[in-house]
Amino acid sequence: MTVTTSTPVHKGIGGSPLRPDGTLKVTGEFAYSSDLWAEGMLYGSTLRSPHPRARIVRIDTSAAAAMAGVHAVLTSADIPGKKTYGLIADDCPVLAIDEVRYHGEPVAVVAADDLDTARRAAKAIVVEYEVLEPVSDMRRAAFDAESPRVHADRADNIVRYQPVRRGNPDAADLQDRVAVVVTREYEVGMQDQAFLGPESGLAIPTEDGGVDLHVATQWLHVDQEQMAPCLALPPEKVQLTLAGVGGAFGGREDLSMQIHASMLALRTKRPVKMVYDRRESFFGHVHRHPALMKYTHAADADGRLVYAKAQLLLDGGAYASTTDAVVGNAASLGIGPYECDDVLIEAYGLYTNNPPCGAMRGFGAVQACFAYESQMDEVAAALGMDPVEIRRINAVKEGSILPTGQRIEGPAPLREILDELVTMPMPPEPSLPEPGEPEPRTRVPGERWELPPGGYGNTTRGEGVRRGVGYGVGIKNICYSEGFDDFSTARVRLEISGGEPIASVHTAAAEVGQGLVTLQAQIARTELGVDHAVVLPADTQVGSAGSSSASRQSYMTGGAVKTACEAVRMEVIELARRKFPELLSDDESWSDIHLADGALHLGAGVATGARLLARLSDVLGTDVVEATREYHHRRTNPLDPETGQGDSHVQFAMAAHRAVVDVDVELGLVHVVQMDVVQDVGKILNRLSLEGQIQGGTAQGLGLALMEEIQTRDGLVRNPSFTDYLIPTILDMPPLNMRILEFADPNSPYGLRGAGEPPTLSSTPAIVAAVRAACGRPLRRIPLRPEQIALVEGYGDEGGEEDV
Amino acid sequence: MEFITADSWTDALRIKTERPGAAPIAGGTDVMVELNFDLRRPEALLDLSRIRELKDWDVVGGSVQLGAGVSYTRVIEELADRLPALAMAARTVGSPQIRNRGTVAGNLATASPAGDAHPVLLATGAVVEAESFQRGVRKIPVDGFFTGVKRCALEPDELIRAVVIPTAAGPQQFSKVGTRNAMVIAVCSFAIALDLDARTVGTGIGSAGPTPLAARAAERFLVGELDWDTLKVSEAAAARFGKLVAQAAQPIDDVRGTASYRKHALEVLAVRALGWIRGCA
Ligand SMILES: Cc1cc2nc3c(=O)[nH]c(=O)nc-3n(C[C@H](O)[C@H](O)[C@H](O)COP(=O)(O)OP(=O)(O)OC[C@H]3O[C@@H](n4cnc5c(N)ncnc54)[C@H](O)[C@@H]3O)c2cc1C
Repeated sequence: MTVTTSTPVHKGIGGSPLRPDGTLKVTGEFAYSSDLWAEGMLYGSTLRSPHPRARIVRIDTSAAAAMAGVHAVLTSADIPGKKTYGLIADDCPVLAIDEVRYHGEPVAVVAADDLDTARRAAKAIVVEYEVLEPVSDMRRAAFDAESPRVHADRADNIVRYQPVRRGNPDAADLQDRVAVVVTREYEVGMQDQAFLGPESGLAIPTEDGGVDLHVATQWLHVDQEQMAPCLALPPEKVQLTLAGVGGAFGGREDLSMQIHASMLALRTKRPVKMVYDRRESFFGHVHRHPALMKYTHAADADGRLVYAKAQLLLDGGAYASTTDAVVGNAASLGIGPYECDDVLIEAYGLYTNNPPCGAMRGFGAVQACFAYESQMDEVAAALGMDPVEIRRINAVKEGSILPTGQRIEGPAPLREILDELVTMPMPPEPSLPEPGEPEPRTRVPGERWELPPGGYGNTTRGEGVRRGVGYGVGIKNICYSEGFDDFSTARVRLEISGGEPIASVHTAAAEVGQGLVTLQAQIARTELGVDHAVVLPADTQVGSAGSSSASRQSYMTGGAVKTACEAVRMEVIELARRKFPELLSDDESWSDIHLADGALHLGAGVATGARLLARLSDVLGTDVVEATREYHHRRTNPLDPETGQGDSHVQFAMAAHRAVVDVDVELGLVHVVQMDVVQDVGKILNRLSLEGQIQGGTAQGLGLALMEEIQTRDGLVRNPSFTDYLIPTILDMPPLNMRILEFADPNSPYGLRGAGEPPTLSSTPAIVAAVRAACGRPLRRIPLRPEQIALVEGYGDEGGEEDV
Repeated sequence: MEFITADSWTDALRIKTERPGAAPIAGGTDVMVELNFDLRRPEALLDLSRIRELKDWDVVGGSVQLGAGVSYTRVIEELADRLPALAMAARTVGSPQIRNRGTVAGNLATASPAGDAHPVLLATGAVVEAESFQRGVRKIPVDGFFTGVKRCALEPDELIRAVVIPTAAGPQQFSKVGTRNAMVIAVCSFAIALDLDARTVGTGIGSAGPTPLAARAAERFLVGELDWDTLKVSEAAAARFGKLVAQAAQPIDDVRGTASYRKHALEVLAVRALGWIRGCA
């Protein structure tokens, strides 16, 4: 479809209007969900399990309930309705029932006059546990028949097993073509979304016995759908409004405090606010699945893939969350954007007593991407080939068949992406201080040298520093997959106010920082030819918008807003035809009318001689035109459980990164000098927002490569704080040069391609490849740690040991 | 919790004697974290930030008398020539905001094995001036100040008035290994200070033991091996020095790094520091 106004509308599609929350966030004035307040409100607090696996022998809440200022102490016995919930399988208890299955599982909740009292009361609850041996090794969970089961009512610890079989990698006739075979094992640690705004919300009891919840979330309606049965209320008595979201990245897909605060509010008949602190936040949401992956790639002498095999284990932790869908992604995208006719992929999602894992930016495609990209480098090295060339040779294109049998519809310009990437300028040679020169300085314009590896730490003046370059490519599915109809709804209204046409847009789509509010207004401006567009607060008073996940909101809610605008436009034209039939002569058609600059025009655009017919203010007068529309993407199909065949995905998006790093190979410290990225987005809707997404995605991928890991031991979380869960700072993030390509997708609104996730995929393997190039070590586990990178053998039996 | 503001030093000392349970707060960059994490519930906070006597530094007889209220930022901006290693360490602390608030005295009283000022204070032979209302001033050499993990020699009625740090009489270095380019707690750190007049060597090791440590054997070894005119050492002696520094460490495995990596890194840092010192001759 093409844009209907040919003169670009001020602040419309393709422009970069500033986001309304930008200045407020920078100046600290933005109201986040943690800033909510209501007259007479109580504070909630949660008691969580100190054990990864234990039987609850007894809970005694009497001391806590007797404390002054405490209004309610609730356990699983007090859940009004259904006692479990979940996004795909409802296996997660609202509060632990008889057993705890992970460190930090909620056991009881308290409401009190103030936060301090609530926390002290939670501590005063006595819980007697019978501690059980946790299932903490996902390999055992998968394959050891002797392993305890995390859920006693299940036959095994497997949430989902999904094979993908295409051709036959073991066929004898393939072997003649094989020049190299590379088999390697890879590991990905547990990354956290590390959003800055902790879980928080305010539940207000309503007069009709329901509850209004103001909350930071990613999908209002799926929260409502899960909450209502647990609260024993009909859905319409559970109304949600989106509160200021301080980042999400998948970590707000699952419920956190929603039911707890609502239970407390219903019980106390008072508003109840819950805000996690940073430590609790690390226990309060799901993380990215850690992965153990074994890959075999075989290629012919020219570098063409002959066959590929992969086994991926994904640790889903104690409850199912979205593991099922994560496995679907890992399996279907398991060998990446490469053509290969003979493939066997086996992906397992597992239950363990580790922290629950679910959605995080990249969703199953990230882990696989680290493995298949490392493999492509290994194959290239074994053949003495250039890493970009091997990717070019095997790259998918329009019409390629993926291992699931799905044919890629529309452009898949991976070759074009790579060709563009290699033309981007490289950074100047390293200019570290000479040994013996005074201390290094930071990267200040005019200063002589770069920040060296070790940053501000003054650890090198060039000693041990080597430069490396690496590449990474990734492919991500956009929108929900495997038959899921994740539609979005938009209500658009056009009216005249103060003589000016105003479009208002109402959806339930969650602005989580990605710029969706801005985009909805841009679409309305472009489609209705108005300057003034307002986006109403997101709530459940309008139909579902689906989740702000899977890079899907520009596509889906963008599509819904566009469709609703088109309906409004038709009605406006109909109104014009009825009110002013004389506007057009007999040989002119009402369907050629376009809206622009607050008026109806015949023909598209002034440049092509469009004729102004009437101002919107004259056509509408006091009439209000409103339309509500659902937007559905094209249908997809489930993967066959035996063969993994099926057209499971809506759309594919790809990006490629080049990373240039300096590594202190003796200390194992890394400084990323420069990153370059090329991404195809189909159509740029808002360049500024888009660049922000690419920056952020790249940074999150850098974090996974170099530092971000929730460390657990026997199921216990060891670093639930920003002191020891490190995320990149501005000094870790290098200059990022971008080239954005626009190969329009014929099926999507404006030809756009979802853009939020792909840069998170390819950034990680590019950086790791660059570090490998610098230090010469295999580095098969991420995040990299200095002791892995350091070339020098260390002390004792651990230092410098590698995972060969 | 009560918040008490002391207007003068005597005032502060008196309050601390009357209420030993009150926690002094200078920059607050440790205290506030402990309160937020509910690691500590002191009966009161005693605010020292208004006390003029603590806000300055002075040079007294070849040493810098660093008032307990002087921020890291001021150490960097005003004392980089007199106390180069302390300024280097200060530059590695936290972020600009933390450096604007945080103080060396606060670092000392927290007594974390990872405190970045500590290796420098050990290497330079600094002295902590503690004072109590009733018993007056007590001078505690830094190598006797740290008594255990997050424990120090301060008595409940004592406050740190100043830290006395000898003005550099030779090259000094401080290096810190962290897994992020800034805002990171040390995986390990190393400081060295040479006194060219007295021909002595001081060292300090951070984040590799229950307390900050000095590598005494390494210091003695280097005094003998160093050509004090050119500041050269043989490669073999430099290597040995590195090993001796590593041997002095007592690290453990934790979320920030392994014990063996810490030893390895300390050896690398010590050898490099010798190279840089040579460049200063
Ligand atoms: C984000 C962040 C990053 C950090 N990064 C680093 C880092 O890189 N390196 C590092 O070493 N530290 C770091 N810290 C810790 C902290 O900043 C330092 O320890 C700092 O030196 C503390 O100084 P302060 O003045 O803020 O102390 P405060 O928090 O005010 O006090 C610390 C302790 O000292 C006591 N105290 C304060 N003044 C006196 C006095 N005059 N007499 C007796 N007792 C006193 C207090 O009661 C308290 O026990 C970081 C902290 C944060 C929050």
